[in-house]
Amino acid sequence: MATTHISPAESEAAPQHERVVNDLSIQVATVNGSGSQSSNMVLLRALFQMGIPISGKNLFPSNIEGLPTWFTIRASKHGWIARRKEIDFLVAMNAETGEEDVRGLDAGAACVYDEKLNLARLRDDLIFYAVPFDKLVAPVCPDAKLRKLVRNMIYVGVVARLLEIDMGEVERALRKQFKKKVKAADLNFKAVLAGYEFAEKNLEKRDRFFVGRMNENAGKVLIEGNAAAALGCMMAGVTVVTWYPITPSSSLCETLITYMKRYRMDPETGKATFAIVQAEDELAAIGMVMGAGWAGARAMTSTAGPGISLMAEFVGLGYYAEVPGVIFDIQRVGPSTGLPTRTAQGDVLSTALLSHGDTKHPLLFPASVGECYSMAIEAFDLAEELQTPIFVMSDLDLGMNYWMSESFPYPDKPLKRGKVLDAEDLNRLGGFQRYKDVQGDGIGYRTLPGTNHPAAGYFTRGSGHNEDALYTEKGELYVRNMDRLERKFETARRLVPGPVIEQAGHDVGVIAYGTTHWAAMECRDQLAREFGVQTDYCRIRAFPFADEVAAFVRSHARVYAVEQNRDAQLAGLLRLSLPGEEIGRLRSVLHYDGLPIDARSITDAIMTQEVGS
Amino acid sequence: MATTVVPPRKTNRIGLEPAVYKGSKSTLCAGCGHNAITERIIEAFYEMGVEPHRVAKFSGIGCSSKSPAYFLGSTHGFNAVHGRMPSVATGTLLANRTLLGIGVSGDGDTASIGIGQFVHLMRRNLPLIYIIEDNGCYGLTKGQFSATADRGSVLKNGVVNDLPPIDTCALAIELGATYVARSFSGDKKQLLALLEGAIAHRGTAMLDVISPCVTFNDHEGSTKSYSYVKDHDEPLGEVSFIPFFGDIMVDYDPGSTTEVTLHDGSRLLLKKLDSGYDPTSKVEALRVLSESHDNGEVITGLFYVKTGQPNFLDLLNIVDEPLATLPEAKVRPPKSALDEVMESLR
Ligand SMILES: Cc1ncc(C[n+]2csc(CCOP(=O)(O)OP(=O)(O)O)c2C)c(N)n1
Ligand code: SF4
Repeated sequence: MATTHISPAESEAAPQHERVVNDLSIQVATVNGSGSQSSNMVLLRALFQMGIPISGKNLFPSNIEGLPTWFTIRASKHGWIARRKEIDFLVAMNAETGEEDVRGLDAGAACVYDEKLNLARLRDDLIFYAVPFDKLVAPVCPDAKLRKLVRNMIYVGVVARLLEIDMGEVERALRKQFKKKVKAADLNFKAVLAGYEFAEKNLEKRDRFFVGRMNENAGKVLIEGNAAAALGCMMAGVTVVTWYPITPSSSLCETLITYMKRYRMDPETGKATFAIVQAEDELAAIGMVMGAGWAGARAMTSTAGPGISLMAEFVGLGYYAEVPGVIFDIQRVGPSTGLPTRTAQGDVLSTALLSHGDTKHPLLFPASVGECYSMAIEAFDLAEELQTPIFVMSDLDLGMNYWMSESFPYPDKPLKRGKVLDAEDLNRLGGFQRYKDVQGDGIGYRTLPGTNHPAAGYFTRGSGHNEDALYTEKGELYVRNMDRLERKFETARRLVPGPVIEQAGHDVGVIAYGTTHWAAMECRDQLAREFGVQTDYCRIRAFPFADEVAAFVRSHARVYAVEQNRDAQLAGLLRLSLPGEEIGRLRSVLHYDGLPIDARSITDAIMTQEVGS
Repeated sequence: MATTVVPPRKTNRIGLEPAVYKGSKSTLCAGCGHNAITERIIEAFYEMGVEPHRVAKFSGIGCSSKSPAYFLGSTHGFNAVHGRMPSVATGTLLANRTLLGIGVSGDGDTASIGIGQFVHLMRRNLPLIYIIEDNGCYGLTKGQFSATADRGSVLKNGVVNDLPPIDTCALAIELGATYVARSFSGDKKQLLALLEGAIAHRGTAMLDVISPCVTFNDHEGSTKSYSYVKDHDEPLGEVSFIPFFGDIMVDYDPGSTTEVTLHDGSRLLLKKLDSGYDPTSKVEALRVLSESHDNGEVITGLFYVKTGQPNFLDLLNIVDEPLATLPEAKVRPPKSALDEVMESLR
């Protein structure tokens, strides 16, 4: 079944001669390690500063230097920031991929290319602009060693001229990019100007793509999800951080280190109000989080799928022994060699049920950088309130790419430290029972090591303990404890962030979570405009699912759960959670090629299924 | 008229009775070396007058790792996962640097599944007492060889170990632990002195204590049986411990005895049998250990001690009070900090 025939092919493309303003995607194809990241950031930032809604996605190889890399910028006056499959404007700098990149373009697209690649011969339905990069860079940069890095700034100037990007904003973006390195900034700006001037003199504008000032970004920031999460952790008062490097999660802890050194040194003593440890592996990273959480610290680690797998055993102990901790999973594609630098939502099911025995864990699904920040804060509160490991399920697309956002609000609520008894409490109460459900919410009281009271201490172990935390192997006590943990999970259902629902009584419902949200929203617009299919929407923000999610499914004839994995993992969790009669309403739209999901693919997949129903 | 004499209750320097330092009843086999080590731990903490609430106990999984339940009953304890106790202890001590950590592991728990974490614990010189209750086998899973079993040692079912043992003391010294000793569960005096010294030390104190498994590894042909260890025990010297409290005057011959002053002011007197032995030399320690292997001896004593080395918590430059209970004002930066970051992202 060919899904592509279902979409009206011309619907989005304006007639060939019409100017298209602030609605395009630019792709820059370069080689890893060639300094193109700075050039791409300058382009992205300049557009952002012009007030145009943008998104930038870096598609990079698992390699330090020499393999192809693509950077896609989308500018959309409608505010669509998901990836768009179709490229309108290609900058082809990579000899290895140039031909394939050009062949993949739709008719009418524009292509700036390195003259030596001789790409214009390949197609006669594109608009080509040949640029002699080597010739242009030589006079700008006499130092041959630097040339490779500066050369990529030239395309910034060429693209700026052709798309009419404001050069004042380009310079501002470039100087921001190079921060205090004024000399480097000067040199790079010279290269930008060389490109601009070359284009002005030699390239006649023949394509139809333009940008122009808007006012959509006032007060907004541009930040990666991992940096946003790091800020959230700092504001949540994290005190113990352990990590083991892994793409795409490393930048979370690395950014956190920078922030903590700046803002979390005790002004009186000059000492750190935190400990950050690069552990020997993820087994140790999570072990340290468990040890620290048990002792009362706000402790976290950050990792990706392979690390989550290694953490499984400890997380199970954390569930049974009821130890708080926050774990960020910046999801990526499967095992290490191959596509580890591509995005996915592939750890959802395995993480929800991670470990041995009857275990299940709360998961939070941030969809935006703003939620990376706010959910980081919520995760620490939840971990301590619920006394259990909490996972924040981000992904590579969110974590490592730059996203626009409103400024993050300063937290307006105090830290929630959960049920902890100190020596004074124990004096008053005469003692406590660690695993007794006093309030009916399934959560017992705990004490911290170091509490100066003879009744404070207790022994923490895995599956066999009674309400007094004493050793037992009695079946009925085990059952009672497991049933209490189930009650605690019901409490979690009420405490975790609820879904965001848009409901207007339509037959078709769409469910999405995490970064899939952006493409899902654009898809709903396509469905309505192009096919007259109106949809309701439910964005799931956490597991266990709030009751509203079941109600949403119940009130629709067909519900499409859209996600970025092969096995319909969230739908699987929904099937485990929903009453039997609702399960038949669920359908899936799945995307798992390692690229961020795009709206058109979802629209096609939904319409294929709708036509048949 | 008869007078009743009430014998004074035995208490330690902080007025606590020995019973306070005990834990729940051991469920290990009668005669298991681990029980004897538990008794020495109880004695050492009692003698040193450590406040039980200042201690945190850790262990992995195994018969040995059950033993923290049998001492310091009112103290917080964490029975972690197999081989991964070092990371849990590290996390706790990061969260609360004022705690005195003691971890109990087995030779399987440490030298096989846990060797990775063991190695990194030693490297960090985390202030922790780390005890391996070493019986050369896996007790809890019914007697398989562990990686500390000697070459040629024989299992009950006749299987012979043909791989060389991992010497955890040599490893610990090599990697940066600052108090490294081997002892025998049956040598009450030496083990007590070494434990007291470990409590007085600040840095990783690694004690490998040979602790026979009476059920699976105490037979003829085993090199970790009571009789084998008794016959082959070659103490490096006599270890005496002099606590920092109380004024005990000791006379010793400086020619044959080395005095080491520990972190809290307590002293260890090491009376050398091998007259040239220098316990502050890594090379010396490694030589002695290597020779003992060649000679088929079980050498015991304090092999290496280095005081005044910065430990992991010092290196991290953490505030003096426990991180775990820092008030919100210390851990949540002011709004101006967030504003500054936001401004830089515009
Ligand atoms: C991940 C994992 N693998 C295996 C086991 C099974 N297991 C329990 S104790 C043990 C060995 C214990 O040996 P040792 O540490 O020497 O302690 P001992 O019982 O001899 O005191 C093993 C293999 C486990 N609990 N967890
Ligand atoms: S099996 Fe061996 S190690 Fe375990 S308790 Fe019995 S004697 Fe001790």
